[in-house]
Amino acid sequence: MNLTIKAFGNLTEIIGTAEVELEARDSASLQAALVQRFPQLRDRKFAIAVNKQLITENTDFKEQDVVALLPPFSGG
Amino acid sequence: MQNTERYSRHLNLTGFGLAAQQKLQQAKVLVIGAGGLGCPVLQYLTAAGVGVIGIADDDVVSLSNLQRQVLYSVDDLGLLKAQQAAERLRRLNPEIIIHAHLQKVDSSNALELLEKYDLVVDGTDNFASRYLINDACVLLGKPLVFAAVYQYEGQLAVFNVPGRGGIKTSYRDLFPTPPKASEAPDCNAAGVLGVLPGIMGIMQATEVIKLIAGIGDPLSNQLLTYNALSSESYTIQISPNAQAKAHTPKDAAEFRQTDYEWLCSPGTRAMPVIDKLTFEQYKSDPSALILDVREFGEWPQASFPHLQIPLNSLKGEFRKLEKDKIIVFCQSGKRSAAAAALLQEHFGDSKEIYTLAGGITALENNLYE
Repeated sequence: MNLTIKAFGNLTEIIGTAEVELEARDSASLQAALVQRFPQLRDRKFAIAVNKQLITENTDFKEQDVVALLPPFSGG
Repeated sequence: MQNTERYSRHLNLTGFGLAAQQKLQQAKVLVIGAGGLGCPVLQYLTAAGVGVIGIADDDVVSLSNLQRQVLYSVDDLGLLKAQQAAERLRRLNPEIIIHAHLQKVDSSNALELLEKYDLVVDGTDNFASRYLINDACVLLGKPLVFAAVYQYEGQLAVFNVPGRGGIKTSYRDLFPTPPKASEAPDCNAAGVLGVLPGIMGIMQATEVIKLIAGIGDPLSNQLLTYNALSSESYTIQISPNAQAKAHTPKDAAEFRQTDYEWLCSPGTRAMPVIDKLTFEQYKSDPSALILDVREFGEWPQASFPHLQIPLNSLKGEFRKLEKDKIIVFCQSGKRSAAAAALLQEHFGDSKEIYTLAGGITALENNLYE
């Protein structure tokens, strides 16, 4: 599936841009593809939202899904 | 009876009026952290006439705070934030009650403190406090208005308040366990646009007022991310996560036994931390390398021989660290602890690794950073 990946916070620095197009079948294979392309992501913790809905388990994608990668912020 | 002139713009406001204003007057709100987020939250809740406001912070004002912590002035440097904020806010609105809690909020005192309030605002700057406050609010069933910032972006959420369908979620539904120090660089390391915590703090105050007055749709079961550079916000829906429950303490006894500092920086606790005097001795030790992990250009510069490798690029530079003892320092001691954890992971027992307590700030023994 063709996906739009939106990165937030420090993930933008790792991915190099706030938005990138990627192909993946489901969220587990997306995570694997992301780590392969951006090895620094392996050490990062982030939540994943598909079409603005948080996912908590492996999720199948549909064509043109928008996937947000949201790291925790601690600053105040 | 409240001063009707002071609150006239609320009293005249369609959809607000006397009933909502009286709800504010009867409310008790605890703001934890009187820093970049806490300052605007406190100012607006005080101005709005929230009846009882608690300010919990054990930190003192330093010069680098004034870039965004707008309640303080140069006269407050070195003084306790909670006390100075309380004094200033009492002058803004003498008709309300303001309590300053000067102790650090930890698992031994959090439940007792939070119990006294109806609603909690998280304006802290570290994961240990954020998970501690979240868990205490879950156990006590208190609404929690959360915000956090990173460079140019801010997050906002309302936890423990039922949304549609009566479902309520917490910070752990979003992030079940804290990141390791190496998984999330902190604010000191990353810097922050001064107005950003101001914007996020005002959004927190807005959610507090909405919740108390019962107006609008509070941001429950949602996470809003605001980007100051694009002026865009992105809101996602949060649904309950089975892992959240598994990681939240079951009861008050389990909560009190939880060491949040350790939970949020595993590996860094066993790291030998040295004080200023011991640090002085290592300066003349030929087998010791003194390592500054701050970004280039951070002030004050070290006036003694050292090597500088910013924390973010440390992983690729391990080969530069040839000596047997490595003494790491940064501005406050936070980044050096994260760096020491990385070094220990890489070198194991082949090197002695120390970190300077309180960073170069402690070394200079100067509150003016």
